[in-house]
Amino acid sequence: MNSVHDMGGMDGLGALEIEPNEPWFHHDWERRVLALTLATGFLGEWNIDMSRHARERTPGAEYLAATYYEKWLAGLERVLVERGLVSQDELDARRDDPHAPVAHIGHPRLLTADNVERLLKKGGSARVGAAGHEHAPGRFAPGDRVVARNINPTGHTRLPRYARGRRGLVDRDHGIFVFADTHAMGLGPQPQHLYSVRFAARELWGVDAGERDAVYIDLWEAHLESA
Amino acid sequence: MSGAHDDHGQHHDHEDGSHFSETELRVKALESLLVDKGLVDPPALDALIDTYETKVGPRNGARVVAKAWTDSAFRDWLLRDATAAIASLGYTGRQGEDMVALENTPTLHNLVVCTLCSCYPWPVLGLPPVWYKSAPYRSRAVIDPRGVMREFGLELAADVEVRVWDSTAEVRYLVLPERPAGTEGWSEDELATLVTRDAMVGVAKVEGPEK
Repeated sequence: MNSVHDMGGMDGLGALEIEPNEPWFHHDWERRVLALTLATGFLGEWNIDMSRHARERTPGAEYLAATYYEKWLAGLERVLVERGLVSQDELDARRDDPHAPVAHIGHPRLLTADNVERLLKKGGSARVGAAGHEHAPGRFAPGDRVVARNINPTGHTRLPRYARGRRGLVDRDHGIFVFADTHAMGLGPQPQHLYSVRFAARELWGVDAGERDAVYIDLWEAHLESA
Repeated sequence: MSGAHDDHGQHHDHEDGSHFSETELRVKALESLLVDKGLVDPPALDALIDTYETKVGPRNGARVVAKAWTDSAFRDWLLRDATAAIASLGYTGRQGEDMVALENTPTLHNLVVCTLCSCYPWPVLGLPPVWYKSAPYRSRAVIDPRGVMREFGLELAADVEVRVWDSTAEVRYLVLPERPAGTEGWSEDELATLVTRDAMVGVAKVEGPEK
């Protein structure tokens, strides 16, 4: 979706906020939002691409005004309500009354403390290896000339606007990965090759950009055409 | 937008004299609701926070860099298969499942950004700083990397090639900075103390002992 989250190349979004010796968190509630987001993620009710899409669906003006963990909070509430795990009425009731009654529903994949270290260390690679896809050849090879497709989906895409229609060079083939664009929309993982594509800075930004500079973008096969 | 340090919205006064912002109240409501519904386990929340506050951070990445500087076989492995090389030091997992290392040289400088959200290599650098997650960095790093680096105090010569890596997928990038002069004979442990988070994102160089 062409919303404000896709901000590569924009000007006027303010000065960099560089804070020496920055703490991990600026408020205690930020700790809670991080933990709630990670813990509920392990329930398996949605995937990380759906989480990102939930955050980027925050209305643009609100998105720009929100801090990082405020965006996470809004995204988490959105996916919880959409998955039916909590209702907006329940959220509203708790804000008015911290003791508002609610029924215990439980979950078979509840994250418990004894599993935290192991599951964080394990992670969840989006690389598709063991399912017989690993040897499927890619459509492109390093050195191939490609053009990023000019697409403007209203759903999730990881092809940034600033690269659409631009010509680049395949730098490396990362292997086969879950396709975030469909995975976020509930349309399945549609595994395919993921490439690092080199775009000359002048191809993206014109003659004022550094002559030798470049931007490398990770793009899936469905984002690219031969050029 | 100075959002990192301000609470948005109104503040509420409570009988015990404490003040809660709208955001705090919203988070408290959400947490208590999820606990009471049995969807999160409070000790697990504490363990998650403890992990990212005390166990994971840029010291991990600094170990990787220092080892690459002192062990050429490890350096080669890191550049060829960063995921495996970094895992051999025990740094694995969430938001670092598939890693690529980018080597800076006197003629080439790498800079990492995520323009679409805030993707960052957690196992080696920990949670990202506010500037990395904020609109000014995300918007400008790709169009004006030299200007952005200048704001961090890093001025690159015009003949140095700048490569910006936009983390648009699940691959996470770690910059392998240049080893500073004046560190000949230093141990891995000593070298690791010089390596900063900013250098491993690419907005700084590693300063030598003379600075």
